[in-house]
Amino acid sequence: MIETLLPGLFLRYNYYMAVIIMLIGLYAMIAKGNLIKKIIGLNIFQTAIFLFYISSSDIIGGTAPILTSDPASVYVNPLPHVLILTAIVVAVSTTAVGLALVIRIYEAYGTIEEDELIAMEAKE
Amino acid sequence: MIIDHFPVLVVVLPLVGAFVTLLAGWADRRLCFPIAMATTFIQFCISLQILSRVMQTGPLHYNLGNWLPPWGIEYVIDQLNGFVLVVILFLCVLTCLYSYRSIHSEIDEKKIPAFYTVFLLLVTGVCGIAVTGDLFNLYVFLEISSLAAYALVALGREKRSLVSSFTYLVMGSVSACFILLGIGHLYIATGTLNMADLARLLPPLYGSTVIQSAFIFFIIGLSIKTALFPLHLWLPDAYRYSPSAVTVLLASVVSKIGVYALIRILFSVFTPAFIIIEIPVMEVFCWLAAVAIIGGSVLAIAQTDLKRMLAYSSVSQMGYILLGIGIADNLAVTGGILQILNHAVMKGCLFMIAGAFIYTSGIRSIDDLRGIARTMPLTAAAFVIAAASMIGIPPTAGFMSKWFIALGALESGQWIFVLVILASSLLTAIYFWKVIEYMYFRDPGTRCAEVVSTARDPPAGMLVPILILAAACVLFGIFVSIPLEVIEPFVTGILGGI
Amino acid sequence: MKQDVVIRTVCRLVVPFIQLFALYVIIHGASSAGGGFQGGVIFASSFILIGIAFGITDARKRISEKFTVLFSATGLSIYAGIGILCIIFGGNFLGYSFLPLPLPGPEIRGLAAEAVEIGIGITVMAVMTSIFYDIAVDEEAA
Repeated sequence: MIETLLPGLFLRYNYYMAVIIMLIGLYAMIAKGNLIKKIIGLNIFQTAIFLFYISSSDIIGGTAPILTSDPASVYVNPLPHVLILTAIVVAVSTTAVGLALVIRIYEAYGTIEEDELIAMEAKE
Repeated sequence: MIIDHFPVLVVVLPLVGAFVTLLAGWADRRLCFPIAMATTFIQFCISLQILSRVMQTGPLHYNLGNWLPPWGIEYVIDQLNGFVLVVILFLCVLTCLYSYRSIHSEIDEKKIPAFYTVFLLLVTGVCGIAVTGDLFNLYVFLEISSLAAYALVALGREKRSLVSSFTYLVMGSVSACFILLGIGHLYIATGTLNMADLARLLPPLYGSTVIQSAFIFFIIGLSIKTALFPLHLWLPDAYRYSPSAVTVLLASVVSKIGVYALIRILFSVFTPAFIIIEIPVMEVFCWLAAVAIIGGSVLAIAQTDLKRMLAYSSVSQMGYILLGIGIADNLAVTGGILQILNHAVMKGCLFMIAGAFIYTSGIRSIDDLRGIARTMPLTAAAFVIAAASMIGIPPTAGFMSKWFIALGALESGQWIFVLVILASSLLTAIYFWKVIEYMYFRDPGTRCAEVVSTARDPPAGMLVPILILAAACVLFGIFVSIPLEVIEPFVTGILGGI
Repeated sequence: MKQDVVIRTVCRLVVPFIQLFALYVIIHGASSAGGGFQGGVIFASSFILIGIAFGITDARKRISEKFTVLFSATGLSIYAGIGILCIIFGGNFLGYSFLPLPLPGPEIRGLAAEAVEIGIGITVMAVMTSIFYDIAVDEEAA
C-alpha cells in the first residue's frame, strides 16, 4: 500500500501541499470566531488554489515564455499565471469588501467576535 | 454592422454606464436614476434583438479582439442564453424603475449614486455570465456580480444587514473558490477553457478522477451560489436585511444567473452522456431538490416576517428548477427552464409588494398586515395573483412550470417526485393563505387600525412594476407557448442524443 | 498621526522612485513581464506609503477621493474607448489590428495593448488608493 502511494506522493507533492493549505484556510474560516481571522482564512484558502494553478504549469528547467534566440529553450505555460493574476485581483477585491464590512460591523456593534455578535443579535 | 456587436455591447454598456453614473452623481444626484434606467432599457432592447436573431439564424458567436476560439475569449449566445438574458434584463429594468421611489426611503440620500453604480456593475456581471462561452470568463463575471451583490446587501439601514452581507461574502467566496478549483482541474486535464472545446475534448476522459472531482467542485460551488437546501443558510438574512429593490434583484436576477451557470456547466460543458450515464449524479440531485422543495416550504410556514417567509419560499422554488434539471427528461428540463422565467416574475412581484408594505406603512411582520387590503387594494390584489402563481393554480405561470416538471417525472417513471410537487403545493398554499387571510379577512383591531387607515397604495413608480409583473404571472401562464418556443429547441438540442 | 522625521524623509525620497518603477512596469506590460495590474498596484503603494508616513488626512489632501473616482473612470474609458474604436473601424471589440494607424499590424497591436494597459493601470491605481482610504478611514477619527 505505502509503496504504491509514496511515489505518487512525491511526484505530485505540489497538489498535496495545495490541498493541505486549503484545508488550513477552511479550518480558520470555520473555527475562528474573529471576523478578521475568517478573512485571513479565506485568503489562505484562495492562495492554496493559486498555488494549485501555478504549480500545475511549472516545468523543471523551464524559462519565462519570452521569445529568445535559443530555439531549444523550454518555457512554462503562461496561461495559468495570467488566469491567477485575474483571480488575485478578484481575491484582493473580495478582501477589500470584507475588511470594509468588518470595519462597519465594528462601528455598529463595537465588536468583531462572532459569538458576541450572535449574543447581541439574540438580545434584540 | 453594429448589430453584430450586440453580444459584447450588452456587457460593455452597463460597465460604462456605471462610471458615468458615478461621475454624474457629483453634478446632481437626480441624474443617476435616468442614466441607470436608460442603460438597462437599451440593454433590454438589445437582448430582445439578440434573442430574435438567435431564433432566426441559430447561435451567435462573437470573438473578442478577433482572436479565434479556443485561444481567444468567445461569447456564444444560443436559445438558453438569449432567453435568460431577456428574463434577467426584463427584471433589471423593472427593478430599476421600482428603486426610484423605494430606495430613497431605505438608504441614505448621499449613497444613491453608489447604489446605482453598484447596481449597474451587478448588471454587467450577470450579463457577462449570460453571454460568455469561456469558463474562466464566467468565473470572473460571477465574482463581479457577487461582489456587487455583497455591497448592495450592506447598503441596508439596519445594522444586521452588515452581518448578513459578511456571511454572504464568506459563503459566496468559498463557492467561487470551488468553481475556480473545478475550472483548474478541467484546464489541467484538457488544456482549454472554451466551453464548446471542453465539450469536445472531455468525452474520452469521462472515466478520469480529475474530471469527476472537477464536476463535484462545480456542483458544490454552484449549489452554494444558488442556495440549494442544506447550503442555503446565507440566504434568508441576506434577503431580509437588504433594501427592497436589492432583495428583488437577488431573488429574481442573481439566483437565476447561478442556476443558468449550473445548467450551462451540466449540459454544455459536461454533456448529458456524462451526468446521466457515466455517474448517476442526477438522482442525487433530484433528491436534494426534493428536500429543498419540502424543507423550504416547511421553514417558510414557520416565519412571522413577510420577507423572510418569501426568502424561504425562494429556497423551495429554486428546488423546482433543480428538480426539473435533475429528472433530465425533455419535459422536466423544459419545465425547469420555464421556472427560471416564472419564478423570476413571481418572486420579483412578491418582494416588490413586501417592499411596498415597508414603504407605505413600515410593516414587516405578517401579523401586522391585518385588513391592509382595505386601503391598499391594488397591491393586495397583485399579491393574490402572484401567490396563486406560486401555489400553482391554473392558468397562472407557476402552474405551467410545475405541470411540465410533473409530466416529466411521470414520463420517466419517478412518480415519487410528483407527490413531492403536490405536497409542496399544499404547503405553499398554507403559508400564502395565511398572508391573504390576514390581508383580506382579519379585522385591523386597535393595534393595526391606525397603520391601516393611513396606508395607501404605493406611488406609481412602485405600483407600475408590481402590476406589470402580476399581469406577467397570468400572461405567461396563458401564452406559455411564447417562452416554450425558445426553450424547446434548446432542450431537444441537448437531450436529443439520449 | 505623524511618523518620525527619518521615516518621513525616506518616504519622500522613495515615492518618486516607486512611481517611476510603476510606470516602467506598466509600459513594459505588452512586451515583457509586467502589466497594468501590477504597475497600478505599485503606483498605488506609493500613495499608501504617503498615507502611512504623513497620516491619512495629509494623504487625502494630496490625493482626494474625487481624484480617485475621476481617475478610475478615466482609465475605464480608455479601455472601453479603444474597444469601441475597434468596433467603429470594422473589427470586433478590442480587435486592435483594425485600428487605422500608419504602422505594420503587430506594432499597432502592441501599441493598442500598451494603451489598454495604461488605462488598466490608472484604474487599478485609483481603485487601490480608494480601497486604502475606505479601510483606513477610522484610524483618524479614533
